[in-house]
Amino acid sequence: MPVARSLRNIGHRVVNAVWRAGFAARFFAMTLLYSGTSFRRFHLVVREMFSSGVMSLIIILVSGMFVGMVLGLQGYETLKRYGSESALGTLVALSLVRELGPVLAALLFASRAGSAMTAEIGLMKATEQISAMEMMAVNPIARVVAPRFWAGVISMPLLSAMFSAMGVFGGYVVGVVLIGVDEGSFWSQMQSAVDFQHDVLNGVIKSFVFGVAVTVIALFEGYDAPPTAEGVSGATTRTVVQSSLAILILDFILTAFMFRGD
Amino acid sequence: MSSQALVEISDVNFAYDSRPILKGINMTFPKGKLIAIMGLSGCGKTTILRHIGGVLRPTRGYVKVDGQVMHELDHDNLYRMRRKMGMLFQFGALFTDMTVYDNVAFQMREHTQLPEEIIHDMVMMKLHAVGLYGTQNLMPAELSGGMARRVALARTIALDPMLIMYDEPFAGLDPISLTVVGQLIRRLNDALGATSIVVTHDVQESLKIVDYIYFVSDGAIIAEGTADDIRASGEAFVHQFVHGEMDGPIPFHYPGGNYKQDLGVRA
Repeated sequence: MPVARSLRNIGHRVVNAVWRAGFAARFFAMTLLYSGTSFRRFHLVVREMFSSGVMSLIIILVSGMFVGMVLGLQGYETLKRYGSESALGTLVALSLVRELGPVLAALLFASRAGSAMTAEIGLMKATEQISAMEMMAVNPIARVVAPRFWAGVISMPLLSAMFSAMGVFGGYVVGVVLIGVDEGSFWSQMQSAVDFQHDVLNGVIKSFVFGVAVTVIALFEGYDAPPTAEGVSGATTRTVVQSSLAILILDFILTAFMFRGD
Repeated sequence: MSSQALVEISDVNFAYDSRPILKGINMTFPKGKLIAIMGLSGCGKTTILRHIGGVLRPTRGYVKVDGQVMHELDHDNLYRMRRKMGMLFQFGALFTDMTVYDNVAFQMREHTQLPEEIIHDMVMMKLHAVGLYGTQNLMPAELSGGMARRVALARTIALDPMLIMYDEPFAGLDPISLTVVGQLIRRLNDALGATSIVVTHDVQESLKIVDYIYFVSDGAIIAEGTADDIRASGEAFVHQFVHGEMDGPIPFHYPGGNYKQDLGVRA
């Protein structure tokens, strides 16, 4: 009975997904519970911030620059039709601070640092490093997972801020330096239109939430990966796919709450 | 084996889902002895070690270490007990993002408040004990298989454990490294006054160094005794295993059905 088999398969997948969601929630709770070590020995977090945050800087800065340049070009073309070229700074800054900065930086972070975290922890499991730690009476959640979690959560808003700053600079280069928009109006309009609490702070909250989501997904997938080459590669792929979807879905939800009625 | 037991395994049964792995295992590991658990791959040897380490819970029976039933310990007491144990994994399981020095110092930093100067001296002594003084700044990727195993051994004995477990310590080693690791296991056991359990299927090297041997097949003990007892054993499986014979109770062919019929050959 192909229909019965298909239904059974769907049911099996749903049950599996619910189990995994439960395990992931428990994993997240354990990570928070065993975070004390991360704060007592903050150098562990700093070391992970270097590998996940600092090592992602190049891709974040270059991408931010080019996204800002594209925004400058497209924005100028659109605003010119309405004679509002002077509002280019506002358009570039608001687009970046509210949306593109947090979202694109998180997507890049998931691809670069998230996948690396999954692969690293998956390989540690496959080569019995996690088991060795447990047998040495060292809790791997406290020693390996929690420092990476906090490193990701702290790095994400910083990377997002750098992405936005670089994007604004890219927009300035294209709009003011190359096209010739008035420099004074570019900066002054941006300054008057961008509200710290409403725009900047909401962007920071978004990137913080994305940081939590991406890092938890990456760490859980690594920790839960079957200890084989195929298992680790599948987990890495799942990290990128699930993180990207989570970022976009969370972005919609957060935007709906933060900017409704604007 | 008359001296006081450090580890006692009593009627331990264990199954993954409905597949039985261990069937009524009884073993005793006296203090100060070096004991091997031998058998084919997949016979349940490593599962026994995992029970001793408190990683798995038996479905029936118990494992006592130093008088404590392992599966009854809560998280904190289990970790307290594990601080008295050391385990050498099959391929060392060195932390690949740390130097040799940091690997050996790992437990000292995690479990003690010792100043870094003392840790330095202890790490050097441990590395010297395994013949690898001078390698402290190397990364695990720069070590050969035998060296990695010895560094892992130095890490295992970092806090002078009362019980040392070895999971296939001879796997994949060249003959010289194999002898070195075998002799180190014996010497360290005697020097530290520890109790050691070696899970292995390397017969010749093990028989040279161990005090007592348990033979496990299909989740049950089928033979036990000293090296001489095992060499002289009349049990067919033990004989085939010790002498590395191709055919015997463990057949050469996988029970894969009717081969001739598959080829279309009529009997």
